[in-house]
Formats: sequence, C-alpha cells, structure tokens
Amino acid sequence: MINFDYIKPATQKAAIDALNKDATSQFIAGGTNLVDLMKRGVVSPQKLIDINNLPLKSIEQQKGFIRIGALTLNSDVAEHELIRKKLPLLSQALKAGASPQLRNMATVGGNMMQRTRCPYFYDTTMPCNKRQPGTGCGALKGYNRMHAILGASDKCIAVHPSDMCVALTALDATVVISSRKGDRRIPFADFHRLPGTTPEKDNNLQRGEMITAIEVPDNNEFSKKALYIKIRDRASYAFALISVAAALDIKGNTIQNARLAMGGVAHKPWRLTGAENFLKGKTASLENFNQAAAISMKDAKGYGYNNFKLKLAPNTIVQTLKTV
Amino acid sequence: MGYFDDDDRVNGKAIVTGKAKFIAEHEVANVTHGVIVGSTIAKGSITAMDTKTAERAPGVLAVITHLNSPTVPGYDAGGNPVKGPTGGKGFQVFNGPAIYFNGQPIALVVADTFERATYAASLVKSQYQKNEHTTNFDEAGKSVVALEDARYKDNIRGEVDGYKNAPVKIEAEYVVPIEVHNPMELHATIALWEGDDKVIVYEKTQGVKSSQRSIMNAFKLKEENVRVYAPFVGGGFGSALRTWPHAIAALIGAKKTGKPVKLVLSRDQMFTMVGYRPFTKQKIGIGATADGKLLGITHEADSITSMYEVFNERSVDVSRFLYACPNVTTRYHVYPFNVSTPTWMRGPGEATGTFALESALDELSYALNLDPIELRLRNYAETDPQNGKPYSSKFLKEAYQLGADKIGWKNRDSKPLSMKEGEWMVGYGMGTGVFGAGRGTAKALARIFADGTLLVQSAVSDSGPGTATAMTKIASGIMGIPGNKVTFELGDSSLPPGPTQGGSTTTSTLGSAVYDVSMALKNKLVELAKENSIFHTTEIHSAKAEDFVLENGNIMLASNRNKKISYTDLLKQNNLNQLEVTEESKGNEEMKKYVAYSYAVHFVKVLVHPATGVVKINRVVTATDGGKIISPKTAESQMIGGVVGGIGMALMEEGVIDNRYGRWVNNNFADYHVPVHADVPHIEALFVNKPDLILNPTGAKGIGEVALIGFAAAVANAIYHATGKRIRELPITPDKLI
Repeated sequence: MINFDYIKPATQKAAIDALNKDATSQFIAGGTNLVDLMKRGVVSPQKLIDINNLPLKSIEQQKGFIRIGALTLNSDVAEHELIRKKLPLLSQALKAGASPQLRNMATVGGNMMQRTRCPYFYDTTMPCNKRQPGTGCGALKGYNRMHAILGASDKCIAVHPSDMCVALTALDATVVISSRKGDRRIPFADFHRLPGTTPEKDNNLQRGEMITAIEVPDNNEFSKKALYIKIRDRASYAFALISVAAALDIKGNTIQNARLAMGGVAHKPWRLTGAENFLKGKTASLENFNQAAAISMKDAKGYGYNNFKLKLAPNTIVQTLKTV
Repeated sequence: MGYFDDDDRVNGKAIVTGKAKFIAEHEVANVTHGVIVGSTIAKGSITAMDTKTAERAPGVLAVITHLNSPTVPGYDAGGNPVKGPTGGKGFQVFNGPAIYFNGQPIALVVADTFERATYAASLVKSQYQKNEHTTNFDEAGKSVVALEDARYKDNIRGEVDGYKNAPVKIEAEYVVPIEVHNPMELHATIALWEGDDKVIVYEKTQGVKSSQRSIMNAFKLKEENVRVYAPFVGGGFGSALRTWPHAIAALIGAKKTGKPVKLVLSRDQMFTMVGYRPFTKQKIGIGATADGKLLGITHEADSITSMYEVFNERSVDVSRFLYACPNVTTRYHVYPFNVSTPTWMRGPGEATGTFALESALDELSYALNLDPIELRLRNYAETDPQNGKPYSSKFLKEAYQLGADKIGWKNRDSKPLSMKEGEWMVGYGMGTGVFGAGRGTAKALARIFADGTLLVQSAVSDSGPGTATAMTKIASGIMGIPGNKVTFELGDSSLPPGPTQGGSTTTSTLGSAVYDVSMALKNKLVELAKENSIFHTTEIHSAKAEDFVLENGNIMLASNRNKKISYTDLLKQNNLNQLEVTEESKGNEEMKKYVAYSYAVHFVKVLVHPATGVVKINRVVTATDGGKIISPKTAESQMIGGVVGGIGMALMEEGVIDNRYGRWVNNNFADYHVPVHADVPHIEALFVNKPDLILNPTGAKGIGEVALIGFAAAVANAIYHATGKRIRELPITPDKLI
C-alpha cells in the first residue's frame, strides 16, 4: 500500500470541493472494500477524503417514499422499523449480505460503490480490463464460477456483488447525487452499468459527484409479499451464486404487479422486466412462474464453470415466486 | 488412576482474554519486519532482479534475493537441510534462479515497520525466462509421468483385482480437490541471532524439537545454540509439522541485517508456502457375496506433489486394514506439478481414502439391500487384515452402536428420496474414520516444590487440542495434587525432548512420559516418606510404592489412611526446596505383538433443497473409540473441531489454481470457504471411553485425526439418501445437486 493523504472534512461542500481539487483523491466511508483494494494494490488513491463526518446518516419517511442517507450503516438500515415494515425486501437483502461485522461498518453509498470480487480483478499480476483496460479478461476463459450469465461482454464477465442493490433495483429506488452543480436524481436501475467496451466504469457516477441519498417508494402493495432468496456456497458470509428479490402485489390469486431482480448474474443488479410484464394480470401458478423464469433466461449465456447458473437462476426465480 | 474433576482448559482463560501470546505477538527488542516477495510465474528462472527502488524505499534495511543471500551452510550438502514430508531434494530458499511454482519466495524485504516492508516488497521487480508449466492435474498419467520407486509398487493381498469376480460389485471414481489448512493464526517466525552461531526463534510449529533440528541442519548449529519457542500455537492441522522456506528466509534476513526479523505470512501466502492437502483422484472397485461378505477391494489413487519434493500420504492404505477382506489391491501414484509441496492435513491419507472407501461401501450396501452398518459388521476385522495381529483394543462395534442409537438410525426409511421435512429432502448417512494409534519416545521432567506445587515440562507444542490440560490431569491424578497447583510447561526446545504434535500421538506418547515421570516422582516421595517418623512401623517398611496413595497433597498407605504426611512437610523436614525427576518413555515391547487404531463413526442428518441444491447439515453424532478420554472437555472440543473441518471438506473447501498461469484464484477467506457458525449444527461427540492399557499406561489412543476422517463420506452418503444422487467429487456445492 502506498502512502496516502487523509482528510476528514466537516461539510458536504468541503468534501465535494476536495474531490474536485485532486484527481487522485477518493471518498472513503466504511472502507470495507476500499481498504482491501488498496492493500492489494488494485487501486492507489493518493488522497482519501473521509466523509464519515457528514450528516448523511438518516432514514426518513417522506411523502410516498423513504429517504435513506448515503452514510447510513447497512446494519442500521436493515434493523430500522420503517424499513422492516415498509421495505422488508431491502431489510432481507441487507441481512443476506456480508457478515454482521461488515454490515456494521458498510454504508449504503459504499455498498453501491463496491467493486466486483472477480479474482482476476484482485490479482494485479493477472489480466483484467476492469483494472487495467486493454489487458484482456482473465475470467472469460478462466475460473468463472461466480461470473455473469447476462449482459456480459467479451471484455468483462464480472458481476456486481451487492445484495442490497438487487433489492433497491426491484424497489424502483432513485439515487440522489450531489455535485458542485447541485443535485441530480437517476433511477437506481440506471446507476450501475453493463461492461460493454468500458468495463473500467462500474457505474454512471461522474467525477466530482457524491451519492447523498437513496429514495425508495414505499408502495404498500409490495410490502406484504416480499422475499429475498440468496443461494450461496455456505450459509453466511459468501457472495451470491444466484439471488432473487421478488415483491408481488396480489389480489385474490391474480398478480396485479410484480417486481423482480436478480443478483450474481450480471455486471449490475439485473431487473427482470420481461418476467414482470409477463406476470402482470396472470394467476399466481407454478406454470406462470416457470414461464416467467424462462423469459428471464432468454439471453443468458454460460462461460464454462458458471454454466450451472443457467439452471440455478430459473430454479431460484421459481423458488422465490413460489415462496413469496 | 483418577483424574481431578476440573475439566477446564488450563490455559483457556489466557487464550480468551488475549493474555496468551501467539507467535507474532512476542515482543522482541529492536525487531524488524520481513515480507516475502513471490514469483509471478510457475516455471522457469529469474534472469534479472531490480531491487534498487525497493532498497531506496523508506525504512528498508535489506532486500535479499538469490543474488545476495548469505550462505546457508546446510545447502552445501546439496540435500534438503529442512526435513520435508517424505523425501526429495527440497526447496532451498534464495539459492538459485530456478522457479518451481507460482508464488515461490524470490525475495525478502526487511524494513523497520511491517507497512514499509510491505510497500517495498511491491517495488521488487524481476524478469524471467519462462518455461511451460503444468498445474493441470488431469494431465497426471498423460503428459505428466508418475514418480517411480519402491514405494509406488502395487500392493497385493490375495488375488489381484479380486473384486472383479464377485457377484455384486461397485466401481467408481472419486475426486478430492486441494484443501488448505488455513489455521486462524498466520504462520510466523521471529528470528534473533545472538552472534554467528546462536539463534533464538519464535516459530509457529507443531514440534519445537523438530523445528530446532531443521534449523540446526540448515545453519549447521549446535543443539544448545538453537532455541525454538512456541508457547501457544493458533491451530496447525498439519501445516506446522515441518519447517518451511519462509522460516529459513527469516533466519537469513536476521543474519543479513544483524537485527531480529519478524516474518508473518499473508493469508494468500498461506496457500502457497505452508502446504495443503493434495488433489487426489481415486478409483475403487469393491465386490461382495450376495450376503455382504467382502471378496475384494481395489483402491487406486493418483496424487500430486511439487517438482522438488515428494509428498506421499498413501491414501489407499485404509482399504488394506479397515475391513476383513481376502483380496485387496492398492495402487498409489504421485505426479510432480508446478505447485508447492503438499503436506499432512488433518487425517492425512485416511481422510481422502475414506471418502472413496466409505462412499463405495454405502453404494454397495444399497446394491446388496443391506443396512450400511450391518454391511460393516459382516466384514468386521477381528484382527488386522494386513498381518493377523490382534488389536490392543478395538471398540468400533460399540461406537457404531453408540452413534446409531443416539441419532435414531433405525428409525429412518433407508430408501433414497423417501424422507422429507417441508420441501426439503432429508437424508441420513454414516461413515467410519480410522487412524493408527501410535506411541513414540518422549522425555518429561517433574518437579515438586516445598509449597506443594508441581511443575511438569516437555518440549512439545499445543496447537489446540489441549495438551497442557490433558498432561496436567495425568500428573495431578497420579500425584494427588489439584490441577490448579500443577503447571505443565511446553513450547520451548530447551525442555526435555517431547514429540511433534501430529498423527494423534501426543497424548499417547507424551502422556506415557508424564505418567512415568509422575510415578517416578511419587516413588521418590514414598521413599522419603518411609523414613518419616509418622510412618515408622514395620508395616510401612515392608510396603511397596504401589501400596501408597497420594491424595490432596498427602501421602498415605491405601490400607491405613489415618496416618499421612503432606508433601510440603516432607520436603521441609528433609530440607529440600524441591524434588525432581526426569524420565524417558520409549513405548513398550508388548505392543510389538499388537496393532492399535482409533475409530470414529460419524452420523449425519442432512436437508437438501431440491430446486436450489442447498445442503444443510442438520445434525451430527460422532461416536469415537479413542481409548481412555483423559480430558473430556478438550476431547469433545477436538471432535467438534474435526467435524467442522469435515463439513468444510464435504461441502465447501476447494483450492483453485488457474492452469493458464499456474496461479491461485481463491487464495483468501472470502473465496476459499470454510464453515461459518451458520453452517455448523449441534454436534454430539460421544466416546466409548475404554482404556487401551496395552498401548500405554494412560489408556488413551488419540482422536485428533479420526475427528475428521470418514466425515465427508458420511455427508455424501446422507445426500444420496436424501436425493438419490451419488456425488463423488468434493466439495458438494449446490451446482452438483441441481
């Protein structure tokens, strides 16, 4: 790890100014991922701007949505009464992530900004287009058991590792981004990117911007039937092989609306829009669930070690829909 | 012999309160920090090294490579000065440009702080002449040729491949991947030279004496000039059974800089520098009569080693001695690859071998429509099938019974896919673990003080099983001194030589020495007591040592407990501050007529989810014949630890190397999965607890290895029962079950 400067500004403005002033600077919040990356030489910011002093730790009911400050701890969000009651899907997804120790450090904004756990990204002696554009993708023909089956490119088949983001994608959240120019809002589903030819870009946050909050619609109809299922190699503290976030609005036996997203399958949390559209107005039956899963897998592709996901993913979708 | 009731781990409080110092925690004045740089290719040679930038980095004292390393005198002989597992010329760190595996130590940076050494290590650059490596284990027997010598000759009892003629037979292949010990404590060495020919070394080791010997050989030093300390060892599982190149590197670094060097491996280096359980592919053919009498077993295995050393764990041997069977053929081959040397890992050989054998036996039981335990009982070995020798003790039948009763084996419906809980498929399975029970040589010293306390010493390590606790109990039981007045000192090579902690032999070997030395000390006290006025009767003078009992710090005749004298009074009356004895225990002649094994029978209940392939181990009952259990609490802990290791082996542990680079891709705790609490159910560890007094006077046989052996098969068998799927490749991850 190289020597670096460290500052801890007291205001949002000072933090954003500092970020703009120094091209090699980076924000640090919980540091649960960034410190690892720095230790391994994957990233080497020359200045860390510690934003933990900023007043962005809050969970508030607003009209029609819940606003969560970007520095709110994952553990605090998961246990908050408002979240447990109105956004159970988010609470479940958070609890499925990492370990209690990590959740006690990790923030909402940091969770969104975490990098892929692809081993080729982490080992600086290996090729990786995300870490070092142009060196090739080590995983494409390598050990790709954890890798993408949807939306990948031949430049990168990494997956985004977050559980929280899968739930937020399903819940139609909005990301509030602040910069010197003021605030802007983008739909959560548009925050993370697909790799395409620029896998070095994980998301659409621009240089000089800061995530300040997440706004999640509190549609009551989705809070009753919500389930996050995560399939992994051990019962806790493991990244998803496949995860599915599902929320159903059902009247009688008819699905009024469905929200579905999948983790462990793509460079970003993967919203299953096709399946959602298919399920709308259908009866909640195994047959329809199977068909929804089949629709979701239409463009899926395996890369060898991860071929099993082509079966595990639809199975998990059906399992989640059945159970929810 | 009675033991005091207090069953707490004698050093438990020190460990949980952080008072116990593990290797890297020892404070040594003016210590500097060493960080190893690993190679980035798997085969070839170093053509140039640029260490200048690293040398100029802040705080750096030295950058050592093969180009400037001080001579290691033991390298002269051309052999391996550092005792390896089972042969080969060894890897001589910093002694030449050749690269044998990816991650091989090629430089050591020594700096004033760990952080500065780590940073400078990232600045060391090397150029290579690259040669084509191979780490693709599927090439064993194809492009990679097996090692050849007498050890790899086929071993045949009865008819070759006799199973083939049996009316009922099973043939199958099994794969056990690389598994890495990964003790929680990172391997560490602190080396402190006192002049040219004298060194103090704090070393993570399971054997302070064997480490001392290796260091003596490497640097050609006298025994009294090498002192190895390992007072607390945070787990080893076999990875600390030998002295590894990084320890020699630390000694080299300290020699070069003239300052003490502390070297702690990083977690990723734990995958390449301190061994692992080797990848092994096995084939079993097993045949029986229609009523379940085994007619033949053929067990073959292909395993791996490094390019510079041989590791030979003979995982097929278990098929020669676990069951009575007239025709047994075993074939075992080892293939060299561009990897570091594997080593013994908990249950070495048998853990791998029983995965195949105990899975095959389960499969055979279904083919025969026979209960798996009944099949084992029909082939119960009453004498060792290899040599006809009787067992010094064998209570495997009792262990089957104990475990089966506890888990309710009879209540299950043995048909595959027959049991459910909600949508989860339910399965029960069992597997047998076996491991030789040995007894080696050990010396121990016992010293009683005038204040009534007792000190017992031996140069052993306690890597977790609770050796100090068990030894305290043995000594306190014989001497009649409460456990809290007994101190067992270990972890220092200058103490009387004790055994290396491996192969489940510590309690048997060292326990015998502690038993002998305690008895000798008791006899000395009895001799003194006989001269005391209180005992001045003819009755006392004709009494033998064994007629006396020692209780609560007093000596008395068993036949007359009214007359007694305390040790403290006795020593004071004789103007003695202390009384000491040293004894060596060398095993017994009688044992040559016998064989001894420990056994564990693992029973497992699993839940398997049909759609997602998730396996939950719901319940574990493990019944063990480990002879007399000296310390029930630490023994139970050891069995639980072994089972947790077994859960890892069965369901999640797999070391992965990307063959294109010959480089690890999951060398960290996020990607190399070991069980977490949520994976571990309630584990019931039961003991037959019958002493084997032929093996040694304590009656203990040893349990550390059998705690894990046979467990993976029990899980695989339970999964078969639940799902009807026979998984023969570990680990059994969800993808294998959907």
